[in-house]
Amino acid sequence: MSQTAIRVIQLGKNYRIGARQNKADTLRDLITQSARAPFRRAKGVLSGEAYGAADLHTTFLALHDVSFEVPFGEVVGIIGHNGAGKSTLLKILSRITEPSEGFAEIYGRVGALLEVGTGFNPELTGRENIYLNAAILGMKRAEISRKFDEIVAFAEVEQFIDTPVKHYSSGMALRLGFAVAAHLEPEILIVDEVLAVGDLAFQKKCLGKMQDVSMTGRTVLFVSHNMPAVTSLCSRAIWLQKGNLIADGPSIEIVGQYTQKTLATASVKYWDNLENSPGQDGFKLIAVSLVNEHAQPTSVINVECPYYLNIVYHVARPDLTFRISAIFNSQGSTAFTSIQPNETIHPQSGFYTTTLEIPNNLFSESTYSLDISVFASRGKKQHYCREKEVVAFQVYDQMLGTSARGDYVEGMLGLVRPLLHWQPPQPSASPSFLK
Amino acid sequence: MSNLPFLRIAPTKGYIRLNIGELWEFRELLYFLVWRDIKVRYKQTILGVLWAILQPFTTMVVFSLFFGNLAQIPSDGIPYPIFSFVALVPWVFFANGLNNSANSLVQNANMIKKIYFPRLLIPTASSLAGVLDLVLALLVLFGMMAAYGIFPTIRVIFLPLFFVLALVTALGVGFWLSAMNLQFRDIKYVMSFLTQLWLFATPVAYPASLIKNPTVRLLYGLNPMTGVVEGFRWSLLDIGNSPDALLIVSAGVSLFLFVSGIAYFRRLEKTFADVA
Repeated sequence: MSQTAIRVIQLGKNYRIGARQNKADTLRDLITQSARAPFRRAKGVLSGEAYGAADLHTTFLALHDVSFEVPFGEVVGIIGHNGAGKSTLLKILSRITEPSEGFAEIYGRVGALLEVGTGFNPELTGRENIYLNAAILGMKRAEISRKFDEIVAFAEVEQFIDTPVKHYSSGMALRLGFAVAAHLEPEILIVDEVLAVGDLAFQKKCLGKMQDVSMTGRTVLFVSHNMPAVTSLCSRAIWLQKGNLIADGPSIEIVGQYTQKTLATASVKYWDNLENSPGQDGFKLIAVSLVNEHAQPTSVINVECPYYLNIVYHVARPDLTFRISAIFNSQGSTAFTSIQPNETIHPQSGFYTTTLEIPNNLFSESTYSLDISVFASRGKKQHYCREKEVVAFQVYDQMLGTSARGDYVEGMLGLVRPLLHWQPPQPSASPSFLK
Repeated sequence: MSNLPFLRIAPTKGYIRLNIGELWEFRELLYFLVWRDIKVRYKQTILGVLWAILQPFTTMVVFSLFFGNLAQIPSDGIPYPIFSFVALVPWVFFANGLNNSANSLVQNANMIKKIYFPRLLIPTASSLAGVLDLVLALLVLFGMMAAYGIFPTIRVIFLPLFFVLALVTALGVGFWLSAMNLQFRDIKYVMSFLTQLWLFATPVAYPASLIKNPTVRLLYGLNPMTGVVEGFRWSLLDIGNSPDALLIVSAGVSLFLFVSGIAYFRRLEKTFADVA
C-alpha cells in the first residue's frame, strides 16, 4: 500500500520575464540595432531558442526545490496563495510544461483536470463535444461510448445533447465539461481549482464526485482555495508559498496554519498590554481562544466535536455590570449570535474568565469569524467593547455519515447545520381531505 | 502494481527524440481532431462543403480567362481549364493545409496550456482535414475530364504517391511554421504572401515544360510542389515529363522539410505551454 505513486525531487521551474533593453546611445545606434534585431531574432528562432532569449535576462522562480512523495491512494491537497506555484506544479506533473530543475517520477496513468471542458468547440453539439473532450483527456472511444449515458445524466443535459454548445448556458457547458472529466479513471488524478467556477450548488456536486473518487483508492492531487474542501477530502496537505514548499503534513494541521496566516487571525488572540487592548470604561478584553476538548487551541474544527471559546477580560472598576456576546459570521453574513443569558455584576476589579461551550453539529462546512461585543442594556445603555474578527476558524466534515449530512455528500445550504432527528417514514392512511 | 506505466519528468536539452509509440497511443485523438476540423470548418455557412469545390474551381475559371484566353499561356495541348484544374487540386490542398497547420497551434493555444498530448497531432490534424476537400475536388476534376472526353490511363495508380508528396511537404512546412507562429505571430502575416509567392513558383498556371535548361529544371525541383503538380499532370493527363531526377529532388526536399520540421517542432515543444 505504501508504494509510491508520485515522487517529486527538488523540482523547480523558472520563467524568463521582462526584457532588458539594449541601450541605444544615438539615433544611429538605434536604427542599426532595430535593423539588426530581426536578424538576431531570426537566428534565435532557427536555433529553437525561446522567445527573444538573448533579450530576456530576468528569471522568475515559479517553483523552487520542491520535494515530496505521495503513496498510492493518498489524496493530497495543495494550498497556497495565488502565484504560490500550485498551478505550475500541477502543470509540470501533468506534462504541460517542463521543469527547469529536479525531476518527478510518476507510476500510473495520469488524468489531469486543469480546466473544465478543455477543447470544447462551441459549434459542435453536446454529444460531439463529449467525444472530443474525452479523447483530449485521454479516454478511448470504446470507453467513451460505454460511459456516454452516464456522462449525459451527470451533466443533466439530456434534452440538449444534440444542440450546439454555443447555445448552452455557461452553467450547462460547465456541467457537461465536468461530467466528462468526472468519468476519467486514471490511477492518478490531478485537479486544479476547477471547482472555483460555476454556481455553489454545482461546486458542491463536484465536491461530492471528488469525494467518490477519493474513496475509490485513487491517488489525487487537488489544488484548491476551498479550505473546508481540502480538509474533508484530503488526508494530507502541502502548502506552497512563493514557489517553495513550506509545510507538508496532515491536512487539518496544515490548513490550520494556513488559515491563521491568511486570515491574519489565529484561533488565539491576546493583548499583552492593557493599554492597547480593546475595551472602554473599565473593561478590557485580554484574550480570546478557541480550544478543543483537550484544551489545545485549534483553528480547524471537526463539525462532530464540541469546542470551547475562552474569553479572558479585565475589569478595572468594582460592580461593573454587562453581558458578553459572541457573534459568529460566515460568508459575509451573521450565522448566529450567542449572548450571556443575563448581565453579570463583577463585584471586584481584576481578571475574569468565561467559557462558551460550542456543541457539536452546529456549524456547516465553512470559514467562520467571531466578533465579540460587551454591553449593558438595562438601565444605562453602555458599550464596553466591540471587537470584530477576533478569532477565525474553519469547519470541516469528515464525511463519516454521522454528521447532519448523513450519507449525502453534495451541497447543503445554510450557515448552520444542526443534527436534527428525522423519524423514519411510516405507512399511513390516505388523508381525508384528498379528493 | 508493477505493470503500471512509469513516467519520469525532467528537464530536457536540445533535440528530443520523436516518441512514435506515444503518437500511436494517441491515434484516436488524431482522428477526433481531424473530425472536429472537418465538422467545424463549414459550420454556419450556406454553401457548406461546396466551398471545398468552389475554391479551386473559381481559381480555375479566373486562370482560364486571364492566363488561358488572354495571355495564351501554352497548356501542353490540353484544354487550359483541365490543365490548370489538375494542378489546382493538389495546390489548394497544399496551400490550405499549410495555412491551417501554421495557425493551428495558435488557435488551439488554450488546449496546449491545459492538457498534455503530443503537440504534433495538432498541425497534422489540420493538414489531414483537407483530404476530404481534395477528394471532392478530384471528383469534380474527373467529371470535367469526362466532359472534355479526357480519360486517365493506368498511370492514375501513381496518383496517391504524388498526393503523399504534397501531404508530407505541407506537414513539414506546417511543423516549422506552426511552432514559429506560436512565439512569433509575424508568421500569420507572412502566410498569405508566402502562399502567393509559392503558387507562382509552382507550375500551376503554366507548364513546367517552359523551362528547358536541364540544370534550371533540376533547381526548379527544389520546390517540392513542382514535383507534385508535374506528377498529377503526368499521371492523370499523360503530359509533361515522366518522373525523373526532378521528382527525386522534390521528394528529397520534401523529406528534409518533414524531418527537420519534426526536429524543430520537438525542440520547441516544451516551451509551447509557456509562450502560447
